[in-house]
Amino acid sequence: MPDLLEQDQRATVVDRQPFPSVAVPAGSERLARDELRRQIGLLERRLAELFASAFPRQGIDWRVGAVGGPRILSIAELERVRDALAYRLSEAQHEIARRADVEEVNRGLLESMIAEPQRFRWVRLSNEDVGETGCRHWHARPRWGVVGMLMGWWRVKLSSGCPLARGRWPRA
Amino acid sequence: MSEQGRVESGWVAPELREEFPALSLSYVVCERGSGRSGAEVKQRLRALSNRFSGAQAINLRHQPIPWAYRVFFRHIGLDPDEQPTPVEALALERMKRGGFRSLNLLDDALTIATIESGVALRAFDADRVCGQPGIRPSTAGEILEGRPSKLPEGTLVIADAERPISLLFGALASGRGVSSGTSRTLLCALGVKGVPAIAIEEALWIAAGVIG
Repeated sequence: MPDLLEQDQRATVVDRQPFPSVAVPAGSERLARDELRRQIGLLERRLAELFASAFPRQGIDWRVGAVGGPRILSIAELERVRDALAYRLSEAQHEIARRADVEEVNRGLLESMIAEPQRFRWVRLSNEDVGETGCRHWHARPRWGVVGMLMGWWRVKLSSGCPLARGRWPRA
Repeated sequence: MSEQGRVESGWVAPELREEFPALSLSYVVCERGSGRSGAEVKQRLRALSNRFSGAQAINLRHQPIPWAYRVFFRHIGLDPDEQPTPVEALALERMKRGGFRSLNLLDDALTIATIESGVALRAFDADRVCGQPGIRPSTAGEILEGRPSKLPEGTLVIADAERPISLLFGALASGRGVSSGTSRTLLCALGVKGVPAIAIEEALWIAAGVIG
């Protein structure tokens, strides 16, 4: 188990075998709990790394759920926590990979849109679509409104970004 | 109880120490209660707000001390995403409100010390704590004052010589917290595996220094 957990950090959990149950020889329950706690620590670290690398993507479920505490957990409960963490990590990795593919396609679309705006009339892409932060968006639209539409003068217009923040900083 | 300004170690029940050898409670007594924060403390909070950015909040769980608390939360059956660790709860507030709000001297001191060090701190009315504080599992039928139901047996609590005074990382017992009538404050720092002793001492010193 330690070898499995300490191998190359870049490898994905989904590529690995599921965590086996910890064998509990008589009288060594505390050691088993220690081992499970170590595994939970490693999984939590990987989940934290993934959480940071996922930014600015939103809407990914990071919750693992509590088994109820604060108290000393049994082996079965620690296994539940560990398995839930492993599952969440794997799900989050899948979701981020899926979104990264979509963003890559959108980046290609954006390049084509900028090169030939007339081929992508009224198409609108946001920063979120290409995996970036901010509120900027690109919009293929005609120059000079109706005149441009009739004449086929299309261009990609880049919005100015996020609206300015309103309100004051809370008074101390 | 500790002499004023001296960091001392509280006790940890043997069954807990066996499971979590690094679990600790350190404390210091300040000869002062809470009150209104002065301009200097408010200025310090503002400076801290400016220093603490969104990028830091996102990377918080990457950092050794906040990560150590997250892991410990998992170990004791809490979900740090549902019930955030103290430093993450403050970071979340910072992001939501755009700054650390000044509430009162004690809360401001705990905010400054927690953000600066990452360490989890609790505060109690020192005159309402009997003997040394420590950490232990609750016994059958025990209650936390102010809660209608009994604590489930084995719930981890901060306790004094007589009774639980707070859940570990949770609610305080009624009447044990710092109020307007408090003249001495007991500041406690909870240490877990991965949190260096120097960070715990530093957190207590910072908080005690702000309270004055």
